[in-house]
Amino acid sequence: MKYYDKLIFELSRPGRKGYELPANEYGKDSLSDLPADLTRGEKAELPEVSELDVVRHYTNLSMKNFGVDTGFYPLGSCTMKYNPKINEEVAAMPAFTRLHPLQDEQSVQGALELYYNLQKALANIAGLYEFTLNPYAGAHGELTGLMVMRQYHIANGDTKRTKVIVPNSAHGTNPASAMVAGLEVVEVKSKPNGSIDVEDLKPLLDDTVAGIMMTNPNTLGMFETEIMEIAKLVHEAGGLLYYDGANLNPLLGKVRPGDMGFDIMHINLHKTFSTPHGGGGPGSGPVGVVEKLARFLPNPKVKKNEDGSFTITGSEESLGSISSFLGNFGVMMKAYAYILTLGKENLKNVGPLATLNANYIKESLKDDYLLPIDGVCKHEFVFDGLKDKSTGVTTLNVAKRLLDYGFHAPTIYFPLLFHESMMIEPTETESKETLDEFIEVMHKVAAESRETPEEVKNAPLTTIVRKLDETTAAKNPILTYRHLTGK
Amino acid sequence: MSKILDDLRYADSHEWVKLEGDIATVGITDYAQHALGNIVYVDMPEVGDEVTAGEEFGAVESVKAASDLISPVSGEVVEINEDLEDSPELVNEDAFANWIMKVKVSDAAEIEALLDAAAYAKICEE
Repeated sequence: MKYYDKLIFELSRPGRKGYELPANEYGKDSLSDLPADLTRGEKAELPEVSELDVVRHYTNLSMKNFGVDTGFYPLGSCTMKYNPKINEEVAAMPAFTRLHPLQDEQSVQGALELYYNLQKALANIAGLYEFTLNPYAGAHGELTGLMVMRQYHIANGDTKRTKVIVPNSAHGTNPASAMVAGLEVVEVKSKPNGSIDVEDLKPLLDDTVAGIMMTNPNTLGMFETEIMEIAKLVHEAGGLLYYDGANLNPLLGKVRPGDMGFDIMHINLHKTFSTPHGGGGPGSGPVGVVEKLARFLPNPKVKKNEDGSFTITGSEESLGSISSFLGNFGVMMKAYAYILTLGKENLKNVGPLATLNANYIKESLKDDYLLPIDGVCKHEFVFDGLKDKSTGVTTLNVAKRLLDYGFHAPTIYFPLLFHESMMIEPTETESKETLDEFIEVMHKVAAESRETPEEVKNAPLTTIVRKLDETTAAKNPILTYRHLTGK
Repeated sequence: MSKILDDLRYADSHEWVKLEGDIATVGITDYAQHALGNIVYVDMPEVGDEVTAGEEFGAVESVKAASDLISPVSGEVVEINEDLEDSPELVNEDAFANWIMKVKVSDAAEIEALLDAAAYAKICEE
């Protein structure tokens, strides 16, 4: 492939355009009617290009990208499952895309019905009472959920409950969201397999605890077997349990967070429910709660009336509004299409197949890669780099070498519990043939690391852009065209 | 194999301390810089700050991750290594020569309680 790195502005030529309007017969310029304070003082300097320039430019750029449509993308903790095209077709239906959020309620009944039905479907899947679909993404969902938690304690007059317990193996967004929600973060230790240390948890459970944030399976992909005991202890202490839905995929159809004792959770529609993410978003982070917390969910809400019609409402005790209107509606349409096209029975196969695929890769590669936590994993697992450390080949080198073979790298250097973490999540949508190809390439890279380590250390060797200088990129980022050219 | 200097004391969170009079010089170990990879930023305390043994006093950011710095001593920060502001990579070049802060210690006994070179070497092997 030809190297292409132009900016659209570099293609611009004065006066070039992709359209031709008829001559102005009216002798009047629409701009001249605008008052001076509403017209801009300087030119917008938009690129002047033809339609062909635009098409070639963006097609060339898109070919530099690696996406789930072009290859296997085993990025751990991200659930890069295939995004079915029917989702896009549904979301592009003009009957929905041409709606305006300020339209009269009577004229948007279909959209409200979709919101209501999706909310109900998620509540069934999660074993919770009610969902809001308003939050824009996962971390926004966490913040919303924690605000619900806080609101609940305040409504009970229990204002000293400000502590949120977070395991030291948690996703970084958990403590960050708790801080933003005005709560205080207390760390609980995890055992070597990433599970919460119940003995370390017990002394933390006093009357200042607002709740605990957990993922299950945990960050190492292992199921928290003591969850029922943890839920009992936290509830007895007067706290609530928050479930980070980032790792929901392996539980689909098998376990419901509500049944495990969780009171609040968020779901990443852009992970578990197959909507695009990672630059292709936007995301959506619905938040579900048990019945006693439903009145605190953000406004607006969608209510179903007895006659089957739908109304946009709100509750007095709600924590308020956390998004404009009802959130990222297009994403909801895709997630709803996914749930309906799979149907109840197929949805139940998602978790088991994602789990099977991850275990297949893990067992096939553990002779060459160091598996610090052995045992049956859920949807993902972590290697601590190559087993043979004598070659000096690092996880970063392996990740770069995979690009040469047409695979996206797994998540590397997370979680922080190991020095050479390599977190692999294949998802349920990959065939056995693809998994086998990946396994073969991983073995090949391990063999190369023994035989020709210098070559692996210099990878990638066949990509358009070779090994990048990450240190300089982090220290002296060049973020704008102006910065690059000095213009 | 990472370098470990015999005349220093070590914390199990991979900081080293050298005590001269009542001034403790603190940095991160060669093992720590190696594990972190290319360091791009060192977040240091300010002169005059109070630091407490076992608590965070800053952070080191590498291309891999950001890690908290845990103070092995208690006392007042009297000097920070300003060279690291523009050249954090110096820590990668020589983690023992490129210290991070100097602390006027309030309790020299804290340093006695830290690991010696042999005990620290054992931790790194594990």
